[in-house]
Amino acid sequence: MGRFHRHPDGTEHDHDHDHDHEHRHDVGDHRGYEETGTARVAVLESILAENDRVAAANRADLEGHAVRAVNVMSSPGAGKTALLKRTLGALGTELRLGVVEGDIATSLDADELAGLGAAISLVNTSAGFGGECHLDAVMVRAGLGRLSLADLDLVLIENVGNLVCPAEFAVGEHARAMVYAVTEGEEKPLKYPVMFRAADVVVVNKVDLLPHLDVDLDRFLANLRAVNPGARVIEASARTGHGVDEWCDWLRAVAAG
Amino acid sequence: MHELSLCQAICESVARYADGREVRRVDVRVGYLRQVVPESLHMAWELLTEHTNLGGAELVIEHVPAVVLCSACGAETTLDWPVLMCGACERTEVGLRSGEELDIVSIDVAAPDQAERVR
Repeated sequence: MGRFHRHPDGTEHDHDHDHDHEHRHDVGDHRGYEETGTARVAVLESILAENDRVAAANRADLEGHAVRAVNVMSSPGAGKTALLKRTLGALGTELRLGVVEGDIATSLDADELAGLGAAISLVNTSAGFGGECHLDAVMVRAGLGRLSLADLDLVLIENVGNLVCPAEFAVGEHARAMVYAVTEGEEKPLKYPVMFRAADVVVVNKVDLLPHLDVDLDRFLANLRAVNPGARVIEASARTGHGVDEWCDWLRAVAAG
Repeated sequence: MHELSLCQAICESVARYADGREVRRVDVRVGYLRQVVPESLHMAWELLTEHTNLGGAELVIEHVPAVVLCSACGAETTLDWPVLMCGACERTEVGLRSGEELDIVSIDVAAPDQAERVR
């Protein structure tokens, strides 16, 4: 690519341009053009460095109040909100819970969780390009700012429903949970490995539907193991309450630090 | 969407490092396991930089393959799908050598003395 420069008469061009336009070449100072040009500046920084700095600040704020946070991710409709509703009911009496609720535009999920004893902070992500598809550290920072951390033990961050973007953005969480619904099919871990690799625990939700489905749970588990051998698996149904105790035990362990 | 968010982060970092200088080229390194679609990243770059100080700067993407080292047999395998498995002994006790990169490597800016001349 040619080197762009501008002449004082207003014409601009790259230096390997065709001369199909009219401008004088004796204006402007071309001295030293060949030996100067471009300087390379080493950056060597993660694309997500700024996000990660804010995530670290979030984490420091949480830890300053001995609060732990879990980033809960899933595709849309996998059952995050239903599981959280169960969770607030089951853990609300023993842990002081906060929820950062990420949603593109509505307060429907936050409304669903209201009145169950937890402090709810809604983060609408629609300020981005037609609605950000994930929560990033800056958005979560705003959400945490509306919670009184001194009065909490555990913050559940309900991410935006999406299997790709949320996995890339750390928000300051201590653990990552993924809710997968058996209706999503067995191949999802292979199709969305970034998300499945990021999870510390995978809640396999809607297992009450298994008798009605052709889905092969063992094949899903083998695919999950292939991309993330270390993830804990909890089979659950937010509808029936099956597995919610095990999930709450896992949360208790996270909250205990 | 993912690429748009990442690109936004790239633009912010680049603007910080450029510190007002004209940027001509940005080199980024993206690992295979990041699931970044290069065409989408280029498109996001065009979209986000057009009519800004970064307009016209070239985004160059270096792709880094996912390579695992088997802790059982010591073989190195370049993955062609995201399953972490040794290609020699098919065990899954492997360590990731590369493939998770998501870095801005460098930016090319107009050399200061030239910038003086051009303006």
